[in-house]
Amino acid sequence: MRQHAEPYLWLLFSAGGVLSAMLMPALLLLFGLAFPLGWLAPPSHEHMLAVLGNPLTRLVLLGLCVLSLFHWAHRFRHTLHDAVRFTHPMIAALCYGAAVAGSALAAYLLWQIG
Amino acid sequence: MADRIKLQVARYRPEQESEATFDEYEVPCPKEWVVLDGLNHVKDRMDGTLAYRWSCRMGVCGSCGMMVNGEPKLTCATFLTDYAPGPVRVEPLRNFPVIRDLIVDIGDFMRKLATVKPWIVREQEKPLSEGEYLQTPQELDEYKQYSMCINCMLCYSACPVYGLDPHFIGPAAIALAQRYNLDSRDEGASQRMEVLSAHEGLWGCTFVGECTEVCPKHVDPAGAIQRYKLTAAVETVKAFFMPRGA
Amino acid sequence: MSQSQVRSEYQQPVLPPRISTWWWLGKPSYFAFILRELSCVFVAWFVVYLLLLVRAVTQGDASYQEFLAWSATSRIVLVNIVSLLFLIFHTVTFFDAAPRAMVVKVGSNTVPGSMVLAGHYAGWVAVSAVVCWLLLGV
Repeated sequence: MRQHAEPYLWLLFSAGGVLSAMLMPALLLLFGLAFPLGWLAPPSHEHMLAVLGNPLTRLVLLGLCVLSLFHWAHRFRHTLHDAVRFTHPMIAALCYGAAVAGSALAAYLLWQIG
Repeated sequence: MADRIKLQVARYRPEQESEATFDEYEVPCPKEWVVLDGLNHVKDRMDGTLAYRWSCRMGVCGSCGMMVNGEPKLTCATFLTDYAPGPVRVEPLRNFPVIRDLIVDIGDFMRKLATVKPWIVREQEKPLSEGEYLQTPQELDEYKQYSMCINCMLCYSACPVYGLDPHFIGPAAIALAQRYNLDSRDEGASQRMEVLSAHEGLWGCTFVGECTEVCPKHVDPAGAIQRYKLTAAVETVKAFFMPRGA
Repeated sequence: MSQSQVRSEYQQPVLPPRISTWWWLGKPSYFAFILRELSCVFVAWFVVYLLLLVRAVTQGDASYQEFLAWSATSRIVLVNIVSLLFLIFHTVTFFDAAPRAMVVKVGSNTVPGSMVLAGHYAGWVAVSAVVCWLLLGV
């Protein structure tokens, strides 16, 4: 069976979709609204360091960032093609390239905590 | 309730004109009449030159698909009174080239359908002496929904991906491939996979879901395609790690 | 992807166009589809936001407090309100798609789609609870 990139990209897209669907709403509700608007007291800096220092947390966050970026890249590239009729051979390369770059940055930043 | 309704019917006479026009006809509107009854009334009593396809008039042949007020419908299953007081705009099925009036060229679909081998494929046919292929009710249930497809192509009209890219193989072809892939008697899944895993095969679908919305037989082609994507993706990964295996 | 005339086998000129660039404004369900697809932009925004938070925490308490203050500015709050709405929309639509793609079997019985869906929502609640417990502490 011939190998194509599309099935792998779709699997990454699906995994990213599930992870972002599960994790992001609660996280954004807290760090985007509840803490900034004072509905709840934000965690102290030590608490944040403790949570983020945990290797499991960092692994989960890395997975979230990498897969969510690929989720964005795949969906965005298809939407540009379907909705805005914007087709250019470079679009796929730019989208997935941005996802790779963002993933590398996420890995670097999450590594730095420890 | 008015007892007459106006039909605005698209006309295209290639030997006379290069653009479509609309002709208006006022037809009776009894409560049990469907759009097809209205068209038949026009053809029988008002304008015999109107050209359109129909056959069973009961929703099983798939011939009478047309755009009714911009939505793809089977005209034999669409009641005129639902559109009262009218007018009702009847146009040829969208996304297909128009041959004449309400008749479209369905050759693209027919060619694509043949490429997915919509028949039982077996490595080795059982000899007649061994009797029939037996199938349990559960095995039938696996694919029964997808076997309900009447090839009416309303899904192709609804699919924006097919509208944007005529190379896309389209919802019904993929759903029918699944109907055979999931049939316990069939052994052709890998052959169909080759066709469908091409760029304009199954991966062109972005799960808009409109095909399922318009399907008159509740086939759910969108669901069939999503299931097939998962199967195809898993098969691709397996083939990567075990090229000669499985 | 031009909309040039397509000739059919019948050698008659046939009618363009196939579809307008604004096709997605033609029907509410088409528009909802495009909104669903655009939710991916807000998924990407949250990754950026999360990485900014992680960097701020790494750099020390002062940076962390600065991040919290910045996140409270009205412009960012507005962005995050819109993002949260889109993220919830993404969750709901993605979960709707899941039972269509995954046919789960227990023995020879198929698990009904509604149960697969309920399982996803239960997972969402559980994961959200863990997140809250981790951050809001005991």
